[in-house]
Amino acid sequence: MKVAFWPGCVSKGACPELYVSTQAIAEPLGLELHELVSAPCCGAGVLSEQNAELAEALNGLTLAMAEAEGADLMTICSTCQGVLSNHNYQLKNDPARLQKANATISDQGFSYRGTTTVKHLLWMLFEDIGIDRVASAIKRKLTGLKIAPFYGCYILRPVEALGLRERPERKTYLDQLIALLGAEPVEYRGATKCCGFPMLTFNREKALAMGGSHIIEAKEKGADLLVTPCPLCHLNLDAQQPDAARVLKKDIDVPIFHLPQLLGLAFGFEPEQLRLNHHVVPTRGALEKVELKV
Amino acid sequence: MQFTIEVGRYNPEGQYAENAVPGHPFPPPWNASPVRHYQTFNVELPEHAVVLDALIEIREYQDPSLAVRCACRSAICGSCGIWINGHANLACKSKLAEFTKDGKTRVESPPSMPIIRDLVCDMTPFWDKHLAVKPWLQNKLPIPPPDEEYRVPNASMEELIQEVSCISCGVCLMDCESFAVNQEFLGPQALAQAYRYAGDPRDAETKERLGDYSKAGGIWDCTHCFECVQQCPKGVAPLDQILKLRKMAVDAGFTNNPGTRHADAFAESVRDSGRLNELTLLPKSVGFFNIVEQLRTLPGAFNLIRAGKLPPLIHKKIPGVNRIKTIFERVGGRFK
Repeated sequence: MKVAFWPGCVSKGACPELYVSTQAIAEPLGLELHELVSAPCCGAGVLSEQNAELAEALNGLTLAMAEAEGADLMTICSTCQGVLSNHNYQLKNDPARLQKANATISDQGFSYRGTTTVKHLLWMLFEDIGIDRVASAIKRKLTGLKIAPFYGCYILRPVEALGLRERPERKTYLDQLIALLGAEPVEYRGATKCCGFPMLTFNREKALAMGGSHIIEAKEKGADLLVTPCPLCHLNLDAQQPDAARVLKKDIDVPIFHLPQLLGLAFGFEPEQLRLNHHVVPTRGALEKVELKV
Repeated sequence: MQFTIEVGRYNPEGQYAENAVPGHPFPPPWNASPVRHYQTFNVELPEHAVVLDALIEIREYQDPSLAVRCACRSAICGSCGIWINGHANLACKSKLAEFTKDGKTRVESPPSMPIIRDLVCDMTPFWDKHLAVKPWLQNKLPIPPPDEEYRVPNASMEELIQEVSCISCGVCLMDCESFAVNQEFLGPQALAQAYRYAGDPRDAETKERLGDYSKAGGIWDCTHCFECVQQCPKGVAPLDQILKLRKMAVDAGFTNNPGTRHADAFAESVRDSGRLNELTLLPKSVGFFNIVEQLRTLPGAFNLIRAGKLPPLIHKKIPGVNRIKTIFERVGGRFK
């Protein structure tokens, strides 16, 4: 299946393991990734709040590029998904805004007609690729692992632009997937909460306390690891975890996996192929539970 | 139709025993820690019943000791905001059938608010925050007696209809994720009201307001989680109003804060390369001369280096970056 692939800035920056593992799982899932190499950053909501017109033009450009590819736009980041969904919703439902965005970008070789669908890889697994295909690609069941899902705000709220009114089941895909891969999903309140990343530069201590407390809650419920479809959540939960432990004065030490890394493990890839040896919080303990080493 | 309700109970004067029987108050010893004891009730109600119907049914016919706060039953007085299945909602607006999960509905006092008894929380933090933003029109000069009523253009008031719809139920604050870890945060309701007055053409203190709201605990302490947008029963969308205040504050010159520096560094990076430059974003947001804060971010950076996760030292531009530059030149505003 051909998709217009938007990897987002973070998978090309501080989370290269997300990019590598997405490339790895594409083949077993039958995904033909047409990467939008000249699409701009979505603005992560920061640009939208300061200059909506600018953000709409930039995201309109990305949506037009996917339209030109003639395929759905696939994201691997909850934040990209949320921002692109929101701008797409506005552009599709407000002809005046669409016209305005096009007036800014049309002489740049692209014009958006409003036909692109934006879907996170997580949604595609269930809605396009099909859960049977995912199941048939499994070579290594993750039996014995207790995995806590961590969705990220932007893939859950607000529900209208994300299409969650029509498809409320999207709120449970991560839980369903964990079970499908043979592991046990951990139920805890933090699963749908904020990781704190957007506040990291404004109020560091509170941002760390926010993310850290969710990991601790999951750990107390028995989680061996957390899995997230959002690299920004990953940055706050993994890269900042030692600092969060210091702020909360608690030992945390719970590895955080990207969604494609978890899929990759179940599809039989070795941990190094998924760069599971390049995390701030070591993944060793969790991997040993499924008899793997890094 | 039968519904099963799990009620989070707490009584500072008498701890509810594990084997509590509906209809009987429970004896001391009093337990000072606000640990809720969950008690299950079954109620017979029509299919269209709301959570509040069940709570009133329980209080009237099964256990008169249950403390519930409510008044209008019509989603206008804002009294019955509680946690239903882990999210704040108005009990009178939440249909039982929709909220029943695994055969039951769990209700409790929101854990981020001080608890008084059972489902009744102390709203003092909410009202303190509400008052802190000065939710009234201010005028510097004594107003001369008017010849006729003061008029404002319809268009400018239409901008504020959303915020005026607030019924002060506190549901947004109860579910606010920033407030849950930062009690100093003014919170979504207060800041939505702040915008309602800062955006009112009759108010003469807009600049002072924006200065106040830009301080610690204000507009930049929101974590952008959309919980308030999702949970508000009146469509106030507080986060949207907070973002409008941020823009107003920056436009009014309140730029010496990490929030503005972050937005500037972000935009600059996208304008010049088409992508985010993570390597420079954090130090620029913190402020290069803010040595103490810069040092506090160092262990995090060191952890990234050690794990082999440092973003590329030479930041690459995307192909066709001139396209992005042109867009910025056209509609970039202060980011040009």
